[in-house]
Amino acid sequence: MANVTLRNVRKTYPGGFEAIKGVDVDVGDGQFCVLVGPSGCGKSTLLRMVAGLETVSGGEIDIGGRVVNQVEPADRDIAMVFQNYALYPHMSVYNNMAYGLRNRGMAEAEIKTRVEEAARVLELAPMLERKPRQLSGGQRQRVAMGRAIVRQPKVFLFDEPLSNLDAKLRIAMRVEIRKLQRRLNTTSIYVTHDQLEAMTLADILVVMNGGQVEQVGNPLAIYEKPATTFVASFIGAPPMNLMSTRPDEIKTQLGADGRAAEAGILGIRPEDFVITDQTPAGGVALALTVEAIERVGAETFVYGSRRQDEQPVAATPGELPPGEVIVRIPGAEAPAIGQKIRIAAVREKLHLFSGDGRKRIEA
Amino acid sequence: MVEEEGFRRYVAHVILWIGIAIVAFPVYIAIVASTQDNALIANGQMSLLPGGHFFEVYYQTIFVGTSGSTREPVANMMLNSLIMAILIAVGKIAISIISAYGIVYFRFPFRMPIFWIIFITLMLPVEVRIYPTYKIVADLHMLDSYAGLSLPLIASATATLLFRQFFMTVPDELLEASRIDGAGPLRFFWDTLLPLSRTNMAALFVILFILGWNQYLWPLLITTRDDMQTIQVGIRKMITTSDALTEWPVVMATAVLAMLPPVFVVVVMQKLFVRGLVETEK
Repeated sequence: MANVTLRNVRKTYPGGFEAIKGVDVDVGDGQFCVLVGPSGCGKSTLLRMVAGLETVSGGEIDIGGRVVNQVEPADRDIAMVFQNYALYPHMSVYNNMAYGLRNRGMAEAEIKTRVEEAARVLELAPMLERKPRQLSGGQRQRVAMGRAIVRQPKVFLFDEPLSNLDAKLRIAMRVEIRKLQRRLNTTSIYVTHDQLEAMTLADILVVMNGGQVEQVGNPLAIYEKPATTFVASFIGAPPMNLMSTRPDEIKTQLGADGRAAEAGILGIRPEDFVITDQTPAGGVALALTVEAIERVGAETFVYGSRRQDEQPVAATPGELPPGEVIVRIPGAEAPAIGQKIRIAAVREKLHLFSGDGRKRIEA
Repeated sequence: MVEEEGFRRYVAHVILWIGIAIVAFPVYIAIVASTQDNALIANGQMSLLPGGHFFEVYYQTIFVGTSGSTREPVANMMLNSLIMAILIAVGKIAISIISAYGIVYFRFPFRMPIFWIIFITLMLPVEVRIYPTYKIVADLHMLDSYAGLSLPLIASATATLLFRQFFMTVPDELLEASRIDGAGPLRFFWDTLLPLSRTNMAALFVILFILGWNQYLWPLLITTRDDMQTIQVGIRKMITTSDALTEWPVVMATAVLAMLPPVFVVVVMQKLFVRGLVETEK
C-alpha cells in the first residue's frame, strides 16, 4: 500500500530524443491511475521507468516514500503485467506464478497457499499444471495477473494488458481487473491507448501527448472540461467536433463579449447537438448537409458537412476533417443522406479554446 | 499439398524408390561383404546375398582387430571416436551458448568487434590453420590425448551465430519479467534461456556429433599411438596397399559399425531435432 509520485520525470535517449519531457503525477494509495495517449506519446516509457526497466534521465520516482531511481526492478516491490503476458513458456501455470516467490526465498508452503488463493480468485485452479501454450488468450492473461497478485506488491503496473484480446473478452477482463483492484486495494498504474478503457477504469486519468501530460484528473471531469483541443478530441468517441470561430456565422452567434472574443476554436461534442430549427439563446446553430449515416441500434451518428469556406483547424489524431461535423442522436430515426438540416447546441455545452488549442477558455 | 492421382502418383513413387536404391545399395553391399569369407571377396566372387560369417567377422572386428596393419580392436576405436565426438559436441554447445548469451544480452565495450571476430573465424576451418594448431597442441603436450583431439575443434562460430539468432527472437518482455521476478543474469540464463534452447541444443548436438564423429584429418595428424586411434582413421589404416591381403569383411564390418552411432543419435534425437529446426512457437 503506497502512493506513487513522479516529480518532473524526464527521459532522454542517447541519441538525444526526448521521450518524456518532465512529468508530474501523484497517484494516491489504492488509486487506479490510467495513462492514456496515442502511440508514441511516451506512456509505456513512463510506466517502464516506474517499473525500473528504463533508466530515469531526470526527476524523481517515489514509491511509498522511497525514491527508487537507482533501485533494481525486483527490489521496487512492484509487479507488472505485460501486453504479450511474457509468461515463461516452459513452466507450468503454477511455476509461472511461483517463480518470483521462489527467487525471493519464500517457503514452499507459503508459495502454495498464495498461488492456490490466486488461482481460486482468477478461476485458474483446474489449469495449474498446464503450460501457457495450452491456454486461451484470456486464460494466459489471467495467469499474468496471477503472477502479479501472488507477489502482493505495493504497486501493480499494467502495460496494455488487454490489447491482445478480442473485443468481447476485453470488456469482460476490463471489469474483472477493476473489481480485483478494488478488492485488493493496491495502487495501480495502467497504460492504454483505448480511451474507453481509460474512462471506465481510472480513478485518475493522465492524458499524455508527445512526452508531456496534457491533463490529469477525474475521467468525467476531463470529459466535461478538457483542457486542450488534444484532450477534447482524444477523450470521447466519436471525437468532439472542433471548428474555427473565425467565420462570421459562428462569430456572431458566440457574441463579441469578453472571453468568447479571445477564443480561436469552438468544440461541441456530437451528443450535445440536437436537430432543430431553433437557435437557443447564446448557443450555436449550424446548417449541415447530411453525407453519411451510421446506425448502431441504440444511437445513430450523422456525418454532415458545413459550408466550404470553413477554415481548417489544426488536426490532431482522431479528429474530423475540416468542415465535417458528427452529430449523435438517440434511436434509429435519422435524416436522409443529402438532406439539409439545422443543428444547435446550448451555451453550456460549448467548449472554447485559444487559437492554438493549448488553452481552455471558460465562457 | 494436393495428393497426386493414378499414374502420376506411381511415377513419383518409382522415382523415389530409385533414389532410395542409389543411396541404400552401397550400405547393403557393406553389410553383405561384412558377412562373407575374405578369400571369396579377394577372388572377386562375392555374392550379393549375406554370407554365413556374421558372428565370426564381427567378433574379430570388435574385440580382436585385423591380423595385419593395426592390431587395434574396433571397440577401442569406437570408444575413442565416441569420446571425441561427444566432447566436441558438448563443448561446442556449452561455449557457444555462453558466448551468444554474452553478445546478445550484455552491453560491453567492443561488443560488435568481438562479434565480428567470432564471425570471421567461420572462414578459418581446421584445414586452413592446421599447422599453427598442430604446433600449439604439440607445445601443450596434448598429442595422443582426448584433449588434443577435441579442444582445437571446440570453438564454434556457427553454433554461436545460431544461438545468437535464437536469443534475438526471445521476446524482451521475458527478460523484463524475470528481472521483476528477481532473477539475475545467471538465473535468467539457467531458468529461462536454457530450457527454451532445449530443442536448438538437440538439433545442434546431432549436427555437431556427426561432425565430430567424421573427423579424419585432425585425428590422423595428432594421434600416433594405436590405442588413441579413432574409427575413421582406423578404417583407412586397415586397407593395406602393399604385401598383405586386405581383410575386406573386417573393413566392411568396421564401416558398418562406424555408421551406427550417428544413426542412433539421429533416431533418438529426431523429434527434438526437427522441432529445433522448424519451431517458431515461443
